[in-house]
Amino acid sequence: MKIASRHLVAAFALLGLSGLAAPALAAGGAEHPPAQKWSFSGPFGTFDRAQLQRGFKVYREVCSSCHGLEKISFRNLSQPGGPGFTEGQVKTLAAEYKVKDGPNESGDMFERPGRPADRFPAPFPNAEAAKAANGGAVPPDFSVIAKARTYERGFPMWLIDIFTQYQEQGPDYIVALLNGYEVAPKGVTVEAGLHYNKYFPGNKIAMANPLVAVIDDNGKPNDPGFYTDGTPVTREQVARDLAAFLMWAAEPKLEERKHLGAKVMLWLLLLAGLLYFTKKRIWSRLEGAH
Amino acid sequence: MAEHHSSYVPKTGIERWIDARLPIIRLMHDSAVSYPVPRNLNYFWTFGGILMFMLVAQIVTGIVLVMHYTPHVDFAFASVEHIMRDVNYGWLLRYMHANGASMFFIAVYIHIFRGMYYGSYKAPRELLWILGVVIFLLMMATAFMGYVLPWGQMSFWGATVITNLFSAIPVIGDPIVTWLWGGYSVDNPTLNRFFSLHYLLPFMILGVVVLHVWALHHVGQNNPTGVEVKNVAKDTVPFTPFATVKDLFAMVCFMMVFGWFVFYHPNFLGHADNYIPADPLKTPAHIVPEWYFLPFYGILRAIPDKLGGVVAMFAAIAILAFLPWLDTSKVKSGKYRPTFKIFFWIFVVVSVLLGYTGSQPTDKVVLALGGRTILDMVGFAQILTVMYFAYFVIALPLLGLFEKPKAVPASIADSVLGDAKAAK
Ligand code: HEC
Ligand code: HEM
Repeated sequence: MKIASRHLVAAFALLGLSGLAAPALAAGGAEHPPAQKWSFSGPFGTFDRAQLQRGFKVYREVCSSCHGLEKISFRNLSQPGGPGFTEGQVKTLAAEYKVKDGPNESGDMFERPGRPADRFPAPFPNAEAAKAANGGAVPPDFSVIAKARTYERGFPMWLIDIFTQYQEQGPDYIVALLNGYEVAPKGVTVEAGLHYNKYFPGNKIAMANPLVAVIDDNGKPNDPGFYTDGTPVTREQVARDLAAFLMWAAEPKLEERKHLGAKVMLWLLLLAGLLYFTKKRIWSRLEGAH
Repeated sequence: MAEHHSSYVPKTGIERWIDARLPIIRLMHDSAVSYPVPRNLNYFWTFGGILMFMLVAQIVTGIVLVMHYTPHVDFAFASVEHIMRDVNYGWLLRYMHANGASMFFIAVYIHIFRGMYYGSYKAPRELLWILGVVIFLLMMATAFMGYVLPWGQMSFWGATVITNLFSAIPVIGDPIVTWLWGGYSVDNPTLNRFFSLHYLLPFMILGVVVLHVWALHHVGQNNPTGVEVKNVAKDTVPFTPFATVKDLFAMVCFMMVFGWFVFYHPNFLGHADNYIPADPLKTPAHIVPEWYFLPFYGILRAIPDKLGGVVAMFAAIAILAFLPWLDTSKVKSGKYRPTFKIFFWIFVVVSVLLGYTGSQPTDKVVLALGGRTILDMVGFAQILTVMYFAYFVIALPLLGLFEKPKAVPASIADSVLGDAKAAK
């Protein structure tokens, strides 16, 4: 290729990527969440089944009273690429929930035990009820929250991210948020019903530190046997497990996607190689070909 | 090409029968097999085929998505999640479609800048170029309306901001906006009509693409020297196998970039906010359009007056259509125009920087001295906007008059064989 076209290539590469620097941002006044290590990052990443199961436990026992999971069915918990519960476990679990159904023959709505095909019941009947119970703030649904939160990476990090495939801003943010509760710095007044959190945009969040239900103020677990698989019950660990579970909830086909990706990319690479040599061969017939 | 006569010879009885009644095989043979292409095309000429591939990919994935999508404010977001979770390979369809739009624009921007560098818009290709500008406009309309369909926060607020622009038109502005919305705000009627148009416009694009290719095959391709084909035997090669295999190779390379995003970084080119269901009562902190609109969004916000901003934004696109007459140089290819080259690259950088200003908050400080703001994002965008338009209305007309171009090769064959000798 000529020098001119090489310049063109470089410039277009830049141009194509130019405006990408502006994702929806967790706006102003918040610190950048530290990056965690995730089993599901990178081209061959997979979820850690045990971690997803622990995260589900945290969700169910601590967060589910306020945060829904409306896009997820119980049966999803036993699907490939997920927490890997057995179908029996899922049946038992579903039956522990009361699900509204109906109308029956007499025209009445009724409650029945959940079935695997049911979705997780919502914690509040509507947004108004959620607001009323939470001092005016609505706890967001958790189905896609791990993809619905991010923070600004800045130049040149966002460019580098294309190649490193870093895309775990959401789970990183959730871990940080759960560890970000602090005493408000001097000069900052936190209104009643709000709590200071250094990672929350604007720093004042309507949710009290939810992990006090598991870890007390001194960082000690309320119940050292909270995890049954021997995993240490620390605030970071609990937050990471929960965030991993939320990433799975937001992207249940992540493993399938990466597996298929590897096959497709390999196939394309082979095809590109074959085409390259075919092209060279065909063009070499011409006089003065280069 | 005028001197290009059909070389198709029907071999079987059936072919002869068809050829006498509807010479469609002849048409395909003449346009995809024997069609002569300049032998010196570089890889920037493969993007036309790539664009064709992307259009078909968008249409195919789009049609299947429609089978599972629900255009209603209460169900749209949930139906997209249903596609992602419950439809077999639904995640693949949706990620291909969403990232496909970005790839489509990457390809079209390369295609457009290629044309601007090698002077492909000049006679006899003015109509070919203008049809391209029409396709570009239709693509932008299509992508804008498609982005509204998942009905996330950015869908809703993007639609609100952009449709509101029309209210800047004096007197009839507000009635137009109400008419566009089908009501007094972006709501269910808006989503429904955007859905309808999002399905329609790609097929209009397809129609214009047919005209674009027809014009192309009539006048023949430009090439890096900008010298027209003089001798078909010496200057060109038949499309098949030469261009076919080269285009295929480039297309597969492009598909690897596409695959990188679809399989490994599917949300990189999107906005996290669009995973929050639309909420008319909650404005996001930053409303930012998709990356491919950012340079134009930068121009829009550079002008303090709303109507002025809208006019400038549309003018920035429309002015492309006048390029054939704004560029006064007799020499087509930028390769032989040393001064033009400098201005061209400045223009490319200006376009990229305009995209940057479009992505940033308007009050962000660009340059400060001793605590005093010298230049904020709006001011920066204003300077760049002036430079953008100056390229078209000052640089190009004057360069043609004052620039001393380098010697242009006598023919394509001369240029190729000359290069080959020089390499030995
Ligand atoms: C008592 C109810 C309640 C419980 C229990 C609760 N939350 Fe929340 N949560 C809220 C409310 C209310 C908000 C909205 C806060 C706001 O917008 O200021 C919220 C917001 C959030 C957010 C979104 C923050 C943002 O960036 O917008 C996350 C993440 C979150 N909660 C995580 C959790 C996790 C994890 C748990 C369980 C360990 C949990 N919450 C338990 C009430 C609750
Ligand atoms: C020029 C070609 C096209 C472009 C550039 C385009 C662009 C887009 C974009 C940007 C989105 C939003 C994706 C997202 O963020 O989720 C979208 C969604 C959608 N498009 Fe298209 N599209 C094209 C053709 C089509 C066609 C031909 C159809 C139907 C026949 C179609 C059907 C849909 C549907 C149903 C959605 C909503 C589902 C979703 O959001 O993923 N598109 N399109």
